[in-house]
Amino acid sequence: MRQEESYEDGAVKGFIFSSLFWLVIGLVVGLLIAAQLFAPALNLLPWLTYGRLRPVHTNGLAFGFAVTAIIGVSYYVVQRLARAPLVFPGLARASLWLMNITVALGAASLFMGFTSSKEYAELEWPIDILVVVVWVMFAVNMVATLIKRREEQMYISLWYLLATVVVVALLYIVNNLAIPVSWFKSYSAYAGANDANVQWWYGHNAVASLFTFPILAFFYYFLPKSTNLPIYSHRLSIIAFWSLVFGYMWTGAHHLVYTPIPDWIQTMAIALSIFLIAPSWGSVINGYYTMQGSWATVQSNYLVKFFLWGITFYGLQTIQGPTQAIRWISQFVHYTDYIPGHVHMGTMGWVTMIISASFYYLVPKLYNTSLYSIKLANNHFWLVLVGQLIFSITMWITGLQQGAMLTATNEDGSLRYSFLETLVHNYPYWMMRFAGGIIYFAGIVIFVYNLAKTTANRGGREAAA
Amino acid sequence: MSIYRKPVIFIIVSLVVVLVGSVVSTFIPLFMPSMEPALEGITPYNPIELEGRDIYIREGCNNCHTQTVRPLLFETARYGEPSKLGEFVHDRPHLWGSKRTGPDLARVGGKYPDSWHYKHMENPQAMFKDSNMPPYAWLAGNRLDTSLAEKKMKTLHFPFADAEIRALDGKTEMDALVAYLQKLGRTKKPQPLAATTQGAATAVESPAVAEGHKIFDENCAGCHGADLAGGLGPNLTDAEWKFGGSDADLILSITEGRPGGMPSWKSVLDQDKTGKVVAYIRSRAKG
Repeated sequence: MRQEESYEDGAVKGFIFSSLFWLVIGLVVGLLIAAQLFAPALNLLPWLTYGRLRPVHTNGLAFGFAVTAIIGVSYYVVQRLARAPLVFPGLARASLWLMNITVALGAASLFMGFTSSKEYAELEWPIDILVVVVWVMFAVNMVATLIKRREEQMYISLWYLLATVVVVALLYIVNNLAIPVSWFKSYSAYAGANDANVQWWYGHNAVASLFTFPILAFFYYFLPKSTNLPIYSHRLSIIAFWSLVFGYMWTGAHHLVYTPIPDWIQTMAIALSIFLIAPSWGSVINGYYTMQGSWATVQSNYLVKFFLWGITFYGLQTIQGPTQAIRWISQFVHYTDYIPGHVHMGTMGWVTMIISASFYYLVPKLYNTSLYSIKLANNHFWLVLVGQLIFSITMWITGLQQGAMLTATNEDGSLRYSFLETLVHNYPYWMMRFAGGIIYFAGIVIFVYNLAKTTANRGGREAAA
Repeated sequence: MSIYRKPVIFIIVSLVVVLVGSVVSTFIPLFMPSMEPALEGITPYNPIELEGRDIYIREGCNNCHTQTVRPLLFETARYGEPSKLGEFVHDRPHLWGSKRTGPDLARVGGKYPDSWHYKHMENPQAMFKDSNMPPYAWLAGNRLDTSLAEKKMKTLHFPFADAEIRALDGKTEMDALVAYLQKLGRTKKPQPLAATTQGAATAVESPAVAEGHKIFDENCAGCHGADLAGGLGPNLTDAEWKFGGSDADLILSITEGRPGGMPSWKSVLDQDKTGKVVAYIRSRAKG
């Protein structure tokens, strides 16, 4: 217990609750833009138009929620796996403040229309610099702690976290290089096709390195921790890790299939995308086999559901993604709702499930208490599961319908439907998807309430089981 | 020695591993001249087009509109010629987009007259009842901020005349945005219309006036008025025809478009639908 007390967890709490704050904000914006799709009158003011809000939603959740959560949980995990306290606890607290300032400034600047327009990299250059500073603070603290560690071997989770630090820095800096015109405006350092190619090298791999590597790190750490089951195969995780980090970086151009980008770049990206099924499923299989013979814990331990459904959605995600890269599927689904449907399964089903489970594990420990209500945690689980399924499945169906209508031709080769005719058929689905979003959001509200109550539950026992 | 015991070496090894794919797929093309080939007729943006482009970026139009036409039949039928590498050499950043909540805009330049864009952006639902495009009437009330115009052109090394910068004074943000949209995909002077009358005879015999009415309301009423009495486009009930009043002339006007603003509808309306629209117009014409 003496060991536990020497750890520096002050900043971890701050990161967790900041992350939850941005999660709620990001989802509220998400609900609004989901409604704007079928109710254009909701574009009330210039800074509340869909075009400005969509980056607020994506950046708010990617940076405000996910990156904040990743940094916070990593500070916790790294100390335990190093069996050493953070080397610079003051730096960790400073990075918490700077992270929140950066996200707030970022959101405000996007509302005001200051954007580079490159997806998930919309923030203008002064805010990009702040993001890089936060990231360097995180990296320095983490690597220094690992250098001073007392545990000889670095566990799998640490490999994924180190890869995250390296890859995010590389992608973010290269893609955001720009020539400033003023404090609020810059032009990309790359032109046309190269700009698109760099952008999607970033766009796809930022997803890999923020929504895959650290989330797998947490999966590999918290699943054994909360079940007392060892990871099934160390060897499998080594093979999966190296082939995943090697394979990902080639695949960005599968976002550019049938664009003017040269065919060899597209084909390479498609081939490596399909290759990635193997290492992705390496982790899925490792997760399932870890549970082998212990499936009954799903009933006794509420956290196991989150991990197993999370890794299952990861498995589905990493099958669906590569299929979308294939040319004849891409031509049908690209540019339709099918693709954001795919993204939302990953973010709502995989990333948020695992981060939620990590928070459920951490918050009672950090406040030296027990969870306020397991019943509420179960309610949270079912609501986000159902909400997410309605959300993503509805979007896949919309996408398939759009694909079918937009590609339909008459016998004489003319198009069967005008664009507007295809659009009106989306409305019922967009409403259904909004309803799914509301259900999901209700689950998240319960989640945040449960954790907030837990902090006030000091020294208490779990009230209702 | 195991790299799983040496964090710094582990970082270096993983950096090398991720750089392999990055260098081949992304960094090498940056230095390949074939990624930015010269293409005849492709010119940089002039000051007002560049300001318009920056407004397009500011308002996040790229979140719903793409700017690349894929080399697929159903795609070229809807949007025109496939996009080519050389068309984008002046685009910093690129605006290819990733989602078509609205149609592709790579070749929207010249498709409609300026007045169509002003009217459409002011209130898209007045033109197309079922559209979900947000209204942008307020752009027409915002004076264009020209303080950085010259610096922007110099930063991008685009040629410009001082008169072009001075001409920006008094323009609205809407003026700039429309100027930009009209530039998109326009590489050469518009081709003169070829006179053909193909497909006229069979199509006009369709009596489905009611269906023609529906098609007209969805596609044509925005400019010609729901009562056909005109608006942006001419009155269709007064028996005056600028380009000839025969069935063949009307079909030609609809399928191929006419100078002065009438866009070509052949990608949207097949022969059958065009015939029904003509039948509907005839049913409403006076005399």
